[in-house]
Amino acid sequence: MKKKFEISEHRLVPKHTKLSDKEKEELLAAYQITNKELPKIKKNDPAISSLEVKEGDVIKIVRPSLTSGESTFYRGVVNV
Amino acid sequence: MFNACLGFTGARTDKMSIANEYKGRLPKKILDEVASLTQGSSEAKVRKLLEEASREYEQAKVEPGECVGIISAESIGEPGTQMTLNTFHFAGVAEMNITMGLPRIIEILDGRSEISTPMMEIYLKQPYSKGKDLKEVTLAIRQTLLKDIVSEFLINVADFSIEVKLSQERIAEIGANISSIAAAVKQAAKGYNVSAGKDSLVLKKKERDNGINALYTDKEKIKQISIQGVKGITQVLPVKRGDEYVIITAGTNLKEVLSLEFVDDSRTVSNDVAEIAKILGIEAARQAIINEVFKVIESQGLNVDIRHIMLVADTMCNLGVVKGITRYGVVSEKASVLARASFETPIKHILNAALIGEEDKLDSVVENVMINQPTPVGTGLPGLVTKVKR
Repeated sequence: MKKKFEISEHRLVPKHTKLSDKEKEELLAAYQITNKELPKIKKNDPAISSLEVKEGDVIKIVRPSLTSGESTFYRGVVNV
Repeated sequence: MFNACLGFTGARTDKMSIANEYKGRLPKKILDEVASLTQGSSEAKVRKLLEEASREYEQAKVEPGECVGIISAESIGEPGTQMTLNTFHFAGVAEMNITMGLPRIIEILDGRSEISTPMMEIYLKQPYSKGKDLKEVTLAIRQTLLKDIVSEFLINVADFSIEVKLSQERIAEIGANISSIAAAVKQAAKGYNVSAGKDSLVLKKKERDNGINALYTDKEKIKQISIQGVKGITQVLPVKRGDEYVIITAGTNLKEVLSLEFVDDSRTVSNDVAEIAKILGIEAARQAIINEVFKVIESQGLNVDIRHIMLVADTMCNLGVVKGITRYGVVSEKASVLARASFETPIKHILNAALIGEEDKLDSVVENVMINQPTPVGTGLPGLVTKVKR
């Protein structure tokens, strides 16, 4: 009766992707910020469990949005 | 036909590339709208429209330094005063009530980990969503405890055993049989030998050193043994929504329910934000906060722009965990002592800050209001920066 459910398939969960080091640099340069100033996501967050992240990585989140159709958000990975 | 095909894709990529040029400047919703409005128009026209749209969009944007937080607070707070204090929304039957109205809003925004009426909306997969085996499905979801199917408990002090008389009617109601019940009890009742009779179970204690008092405390534990269903789900109510059946429950257990085979794991939701954060992550929790707050405001017939709720949800989820708008939550994260003190329990904050010699950089709003200085808001935000030549 039991099955394993896919978290990323759930409607509430937007798409999470890991930025490469180059993309990360570009992002931080574009906003003139350091990693510390980004919104955070915990390393053990269920939505990024399949991405193999480490502290300091940046996660790109593409959310479906009621106001703009689609919006992009970034979160920096932090240890618990 | 081949040519027509080619022509079509050609025009499409053309328009796509124009849209791509504007991707960073205009949101997807507007680009999609422009695309649907300009079907068959020339490239120049599309470009002109997009140019005009991005100009308008730029003007509609919130100015840098605008104090959006205060605007949100007022925009949610004002209609909030008109909200009925305690309303219960009846979902079909009178027994199932759900906290709505102001208490619910407070509960969500405080980021409580235990909410007053946990609830789930379980969507089913085909063909179960059309009503197939609906009774079996509901039985598999609702938790049945041993005490629900027992007619009486008999404690035999002489040979340290508990006889559990089962009610045949109830067993038939939940679609179980005595051997499955015995198996469930056997697994849960450690230290007992379980033997099944015709309509009763006899649990015999293996060790007798704790006296008969232990027998009585064990009886209470045995009553709570789960026979079937999902832990924590106390009530189930199938409702027909459109052309499919949805099961509304009292009590939540997102993890277990999503693992059930017949449950649609992409749509099933709980109303417990803390649980969603734990099982589905912080982004799902953010969306859940928006949905839940909006649901309450909408049900009261009020009209609050969703952007205000989105701002609150973003603030609550900024740190990767759900933080309530309380002195223990987001307020405790403020860097400024004076800002924290201005929220609640001022003396505690000022004393603690004095004890450890905390510094206040005075770079936010509240603390500058307190000491009568210009606040970094609106035209007060920009400062002069000079590049020093060496």
